[in-house]
Amino acid sequence: MLRSGVIAKKVGMTRLFMEDGKQIPVTVLQLDKLQVVAQRTAETDGYTAVQLGAGTAKVKRVSAPMRGHYAKSKVEPKRKLAEFRVDPDNLIGVGEEIIADHYFEGQFVDVTGTSIGKGFAGAMKRHNFGGLRASHGVSISHRSHGSTGQCQDPGRVFKGKKMAGHMGAARVTTQNLQVVKTDTDRGLIMVKGAVPGSKGGWVTIKDAVKKPFPENAILPAALKSASDEAAKAAEEAAAAAEAEAKAAEEAAAAEEAALKEAEAQIEAEKKEGEE
Amino acid sequence: MDLIAELEAEQVAALGKDIPDFKAGDTIRVGYKVTEGTRTRVQNYEGVCIARKNGDGIAGSFTVRKISFGEGVERVFPLHSTNIESIEVVRRGRVRRAKLYYLRARRGKSARIAEDTTYKPKSGAEA
Repeated sequence: MLRSGVIAKKVGMTRLFMEDGKQIPVTVLQLDKLQVVAQRTAETDGYTAVQLGAGTAKVKRVSAPMRGHYAKSKVEPKRKLAEFRVDPDNLIGVGEEIIADHYFEGQFVDVTGTSIGKGFAGAMKRHNFGGLRASHGVSISHRSHGSTGQCQDPGRVFKGKKMAGHMGAARVTTQNLQVVKTDTDRGLIMVKGAVPGSKGGWVTIKDAVKKPFPENAILPAALKSASDEAAKAAEEAAAAAEAEAKAAEEAAAAEEAALKEAEAQIEAEKKEGEE
Repeated sequence: MDLIAELEAEQVAALGKDIPDFKAGDTIRVGYKVTEGTRTRVQNYEGVCIARKNGDGIAGSFTVRKISFGEGVERVFPLHSTNIESIEVVRRGRVRRAKLYYLRARRGKSARIAEDTTYKPKSGAEA
């Protein structure tokens, strides 16, 4: 069952103290106005997916074509868009908002983000090479990568040779992170361990591909409309119960009043009789 | 206040630990919960606090050093650990450093710390 993931903002890291004295390092991820912006269906696109948008973008900074795109689905302009492949049964209606209940405590997720850029990095930092010796005749090149190959045969450096170069600022997925806590009111998901990217960066969270699909996952997604409806229903039920209680109370009060009245009447009648 | 600070403040409040005002140089007694099999008991660890790190926040910790059977022992406790039952200040010390790592190289007479007789609790804080 392939269901939608979510787009989240990395807020930062903190720790949680558990009852048994354990401390858990967690990364706090926030869902910010996460809405479905578009659907991809087999008829029109050849595959099924939902396009989600998160955050808020200033209207004047959104290009005209994108404004049209947002207008079509009647959602506010979003800061970040991402598509998630889903099963046809798990398509979500356009404009629906996804909440943090989407993941439950203990579930495993994969988090994808853009790692922090390190610029042009040497082989030691980039590929964990050992470097050259500190002494014994090595001069200037203590942190170099050393030899890159053989001699006249093959006479070239093989493709894919690990060398110095640009490091970081690449798409990185961290697999099998455990969800420790969720906070629906503030839209927070706390995940054990680190996730790629810097604070304030956007990441996408999906159900872990290397774990069996959790049975109690909400399908197609934990939607705000559904939770609102549930809350409303609960409220209505509570209100109905309260009204019933009130009505019963009123009835009791009325009964009492009637009883009193009757007593008064009887007494008055008695008085009348005495006179 | 940013969200992380807010969350940490909430957690500190939720843990509701009563942490006395102490600093490096003070002699303190820490009641630490020890689980042996299924039984839990509180073990006291008394020594000189030689360092406090990361403030009063959720990440705060302190190091306690004592001489046990002629051997120096140091333990680092997280300030808000749920395993800490109590922290008691036994004696206030007068020191001129925030980190007393120099005590590691000293023994006996030279490792003594003068008592701070003029200690005043911080205004607003009860100690």
